Amino acid sequence: MSLPPFQRLVDKHAAELHRFLVGCVGPDLAEDCLQDTLIAALRAYPRLRHADNLRAWLYTIAHRKATDSVRLRARRPRTVQLDGIGPSVEPRTAAAEIPDDGLWAAVRELPAKQREAVVHRYVLDLDYRQIAERMGTSSEAARQNVSAGLRRLRIEVDR
Amino acid sequence: MTELERRLARPAMPDLDPARVTVELARRADAEGLLDVAWSTLDTPLGPIAVFVTRRGLVRVAYDRENFGAVADEVAERVSPRVLLAPRRTDAVRAQLDAYFAKDRRAFDLPIDWTLIRGFNQGVLRATAAIPYGEVASYGDVASAAGSPRAARAAGNALAGNPIPIVVPCHRVIHADGGLGGYTGGLETKRFLLRLEGARRS
Repeated sequence: MSLPPFQRLVDKHAAELHRFLVGCVGPDLAEDCLQDTLIAALRAYPRLRHADNLRAWLYTIAHRKATDSVRLRARRPRTVQLDGIGPSVEPRTAAAEIPDDGLWAAVRELPAKQREAVVHRYVLDLDYRQIAERMGTSSEAARQNVSAGLRRLRIEVDR
Repeated sequence: MTELERRLARPAMPDLDPARVTVELARRADAEGLLDVAWSTLDTPLGPIAVFVTRRGLVRVAYDRENFGAVADEVAERVSPRVLLAPRRTDAVRAQLDAYFAKDRRAFDLPIDWTLIRGFNQGVLRATAAIPYGEVASYGDVASAAGSPRAARAAGNALAGNPIPIVVPCHRVIHADGGLGGYTGGLETKRFLLRLEGARRS
């Protein structure tokens, strides 16, 4: 067994991982999330037992980082009310979030598995077999996650 | 495809500069002690050369003809798979090699990581590292210096496998009769380096 030099993984997968993360966490946080993913992967890399399916391994880490990032944002208060002390303070809104008219905000509010499956299916244009391989599920589960995610999005967007 | 699916296929996609990703990753990896092997390439009169540096020192120098990808594989397998393109960590090596090719430097002052070479072979290469600029020694000379005067042929094999050419100057080892012997980088390269140093073969 031999692992390829880590740089080769970066060269091969960074661009697509970034697109995946843009879909999952939005354009502003995607690059930081990519760095967090790569550092976490680099840390664990020498302990890998085999070099099979390194891509799926990277997406598992990216998915975890994306989920952390989305949770962190959800916990952040929208408005900070300083009762009687002063005016309410609006948190900074990232410019790039404005034009996605609610759709991408809704994507980020999907359950993690549905979000991941939807982003794989549409942003990366993968078929269900490829999504299954990356998420470590069956093709049927991948299909179900995508369609459940789409159903929810349709409700959100039509509202 | 529905309108919703079409919109999902077209997120606002910021540009990603791959060079920036690599630079930032190398910086963070270094800060967190995860940069086991830093590598970069430099242009020389002999074409591109790749250098690999660990926390201990210079571990590998490769000529273009060796195929940098294959050399990176070898380093990943035998040193650590945490190999990253990180020019800043190789600055000292590159500066000294540049100066050497510009004839501004006659001796390298760089820590060496001997991980890739063990036992008798390491003895031969350490003896080789002591041959001064512009001078040559025979295969028998370096075998003797490594403690086995009759192992000239084995010394030749050790030199053929030198992982750190130029800095460990195996080009300065030639046959006792003045014949050039062999060289990983090709005999033309060996001739070039000896000429650059103004070495006299008697």
